[in-house]
Amino acid sequence: MQALYAQLLVGLINGSFYALLSLGLAVIFGMLNIINFAHGALYMMGAFVAYFLLNIGGINYWWALLLAPIIVGIFGMILERTMLQWLTGLDHLYGLLLTFGIALIVQGVFQNYFGSSGLPYAIPDQLRGGMNLGFMFLPVYRGWVVVFSLIVCLATWFLIEKTQLGAYLRAATENPTLVRAFGINVPRMITLTYGLGVGLAALAGVLSAPINQVRPLMGADLIIVVFAVVVIGGMGSIMGSIITGFALGVIEGLTKYFYPEASNTVVFVLMVLVLLVKPTGLTGRAA
Amino acid sequence: MKHGISAMLLGTALAFGAAGAAVAQDKNIKIGVLTDNSGLYADLGGPGSTVAAQMAIEDSGLAAKGWKLDLISADHQNKPDIGSTIARQWIDVEKVDIFMDVLNSGVALAVNNIVKEKNSILIDTGAATSDLTNAQCSPNTVHWVYDTYMLANSTGQALVKAGGDTWYFLTADYAFGHALERDTAAVVVKSGGKVIGNVKHPLNTADFSSFLLQAQASKAKIIGMANAGGDTTNTIKQAAEFGVVSGGQKLAGLLLFITDVHALGLKVAQGLNFTETFYWDLNDGTRAFSKRFSERMKNKAMPSMVQAGVYSGLLHYFKALEAMGGNPHDGAKVVAKMKEMPTDDALFGKGTIRADGRKLHPAYLFEVKKPEESKGPWDYYKLIGTTPGEQAFRPLSESACPLVKK
Repeated sequence: MQALYAQLLVGLINGSFYALLSLGLAVIFGMLNIINFAHGALYMMGAFVAYFLLNIGGINYWWALLLAPIIVGIFGMILERTMLQWLTGLDHLYGLLLTFGIALIVQGVFQNYFGSSGLPYAIPDQLRGGMNLGFMFLPVYRGWVVVFSLIVCLATWFLIEKTQLGAYLRAATENPTLVRAFGINVPRMITLTYGLGVGLAALAGVLSAPINQVRPLMGADLIIVVFAVVVIGGMGSIMGSIITGFALGVIEGLTKYFYPEASNTVVFVLMVLVLLVKPTGLTGRAA
Repeated sequence: MKHGISAMLLGTALAFGAAGAAVAQDKNIKIGVLTDNSGLYADLGGPGSTVAAQMAIEDSGLAAKGWKLDLISADHQNKPDIGSTIARQWIDVEKVDIFMDVLNSGVALAVNNIVKEKNSILIDTGAATSDLTNAQCSPNTVHWVYDTYMLANSTGQALVKAGGDTWYFLTADYAFGHALERDTAAVVVKSGGKVIGNVKHPLNTADFSSFLLQAQASKAKIIGMANAGGDTTNTIKQAAEFGVVSGGQKLAGLLLFITDVHALGLKVAQGLNFTETFYWDLNDGTRAFSKRFSERMKNKAMPSMVQAGVYSGLLHYFKALEAMGGNPHDGAKVVAKMKEMPTDDALFGKGTIRADGRKLHPAYLFEVKKPEESKGPWDYYKLIGTTPGEQAFRPLSESACPLVKK
C-alpha cells in the first residue's frame, strides 16, 4: 500500500509536465487553430536556454524560470509572424506539417552541436535534498515542480476563461472580423497568444532541466504522449488538458508499478478507448 | 534498338572482364557503418563511428597501394526492421563488403542473420549481447569490443567481492537488457550473492522515478543498471535525486561509456565502478589516436570504446585483405583469415579472434574520479583492475557456439 502512495505521487509529478505542455498546446489550438508539432522542440529549447544562461551568463535557475520562457516565447512569436500567420484559414494539416518541419530542423541543429547524450544541469541549492514522507523519500525539487506547475496551469486557465483579455481572445477565435471592428488588433493578439503557449512549453523545459538531461531529443520523446493527452482531454479545452495531464501522469505511474512493460503504451490505449466512446475527447465540444 | 542491343552486349562483355579481374586482384572495398545516428546511442557510436572508420581508411595507407575504398553510413534508428532493410539493400544493391559498429543488440542479432545468409561480414563493436558469439555465433561475424558476459564477469564479480551480495535489476526491456541481466545474475549467484528482484523498463525512458522507488523498496544492496546510453544517465541522475545512494544502496553501471560520464558530469558520476576495454588515457597509443579523433569531432568528444573498436576492427580487416592480395568478396573466407592472424593495434594492444568470433583483449575496471581529482575535460577514470582477455570473456568450454570444436 505504501508503494502505491509513492507511485501515485510520482505519477502526479510526471503529470505536471504533461499538464503544462498540453495546456500550451490547447491554448495554441484553441486560439490559433494550429496543431503545434514544434511544441516538443520549443520545450527542449527552454531547457537549453536555461543551460546557456547558467553556463555562459552565470544566470541562475530562478531567473531562468522567468527569462527562458520570454526568450523562447519571442522566438515563437517570430515563427508565428514569419510563417504560421500565412496558414490562417487553411486546413489543419498545413500547420501540422510546417510545425513538424520546424521541430525537425530545430532538433537537428541542436543535435549537430550538442550530441544526443545531453548536458548536465544541477538542481538549484535551495531545492536540494528531500523529505521522508514515511511511504517515500520525496525530493524537494519534485514537490516544487508539482506545486509550481499547478499554480501556472490555474493562472493560465484564469487568464483565458475569467479575464477581460481572455474574453477578447475567445471572441477573436469565434469571429475575428467582428472583434477587429471593435478596434482590437487581432493579429497582434494571436501572435502574443502563440508566444504564451510557447512560453509555457519553455517553462516546462526549464522545470525539467534539473531532472532529466538537457538533450536535443527530450521534447521529441515527450511530445507524442502530450498529443495523446490533448486528444483525450478534448482539443482546445483548457481545463480538460490540465486535468487530463495530471490524471494520465498518475495512470502511467500506476502502470509502471503493476505492469512496467506497458508503461509507454498505456496512454495510447486510453486514447483509443476515449476516441471510440467520445470522439471529441473527455471535455471537448463538438466542432 | 540496334544500339541498345550492342550497348547491352558491350556491358555484358565489360562485366565479364570485371568479374575476371575479381578472381585475380579485385582491390575494391566498400565499408558500411550502420549505427544509431540520431537517437539515445548516437554519442557513443553514431557519427563518431563514421569518423573512426574514415581514420582507419586513411591510416591503412591502402589507397596509396592501389586499393579503392568506399565508406557509407546509415541510421537504423534502433529498430531491427529498419536495420534489416538497410542491411539487405547494402548487400544486394550497394555491394557493401563489411558492416561496422551495428550497436543495439536487437538490430545486431537481426543483421547478424542477414550477413550470415548473404556471406557478408559483420564486425560488431557496439552491440553488447554475448549471444553473438554464443548460441547465435556465425562464421561471418566478429564481436570486437565487449559483451554482456565480460561486463557481468568483471563488474559483477568485483562488486559482490566488495560486499554487494544482494541485487535488484533495472533492465532495458529488449535483447540487450535481458542478456546483460541474465549474464550478471549468473555471475552474482556464482559468486555467492542473491538476486532479489527486477523491473523491466521500456527502451528510451525519460522518467525512472517509479522504477527507482521499486528498487529502493527492495532494500537490495546493489541496484544493477542493465541499460545503456541515455537510459543509464537518467537513472543515475534521478537516483541521486531520490536519495538512493545516500540511503546506503549502491548503483552498478553494468554498461557505461565515457560519453555518458561526460554527459552526467563528475559531480553526479563520481565513484561509479564499471568496465570498459578502451579508455583514451591508457597509454601513448590511445592518447595519440584520441587526440586526432577529438579534433575531427564537432563537439570535440573523446572516442568511446565502440568508436575505437570501429578503427581497430577495420585495420585488422584491411590487414587480412592485404595478406590475401585482394578482396575475394567472400565474407566467411575473409573472417577465417582474420581469425588466423593475431590482432595488434595501438588502441586495444595485442589480441586474437577466437573460433566463435570473439575478439580477446584485456578488460579494465574503472572508477569515476572525484571532481577535484580530475585535471581537465575528459579526465574521468581511475584504473582499478585489469583482467586479461582469456579470463575476461566466456571460456570456450562453456560455449554453445557450433563453430567451437569440442
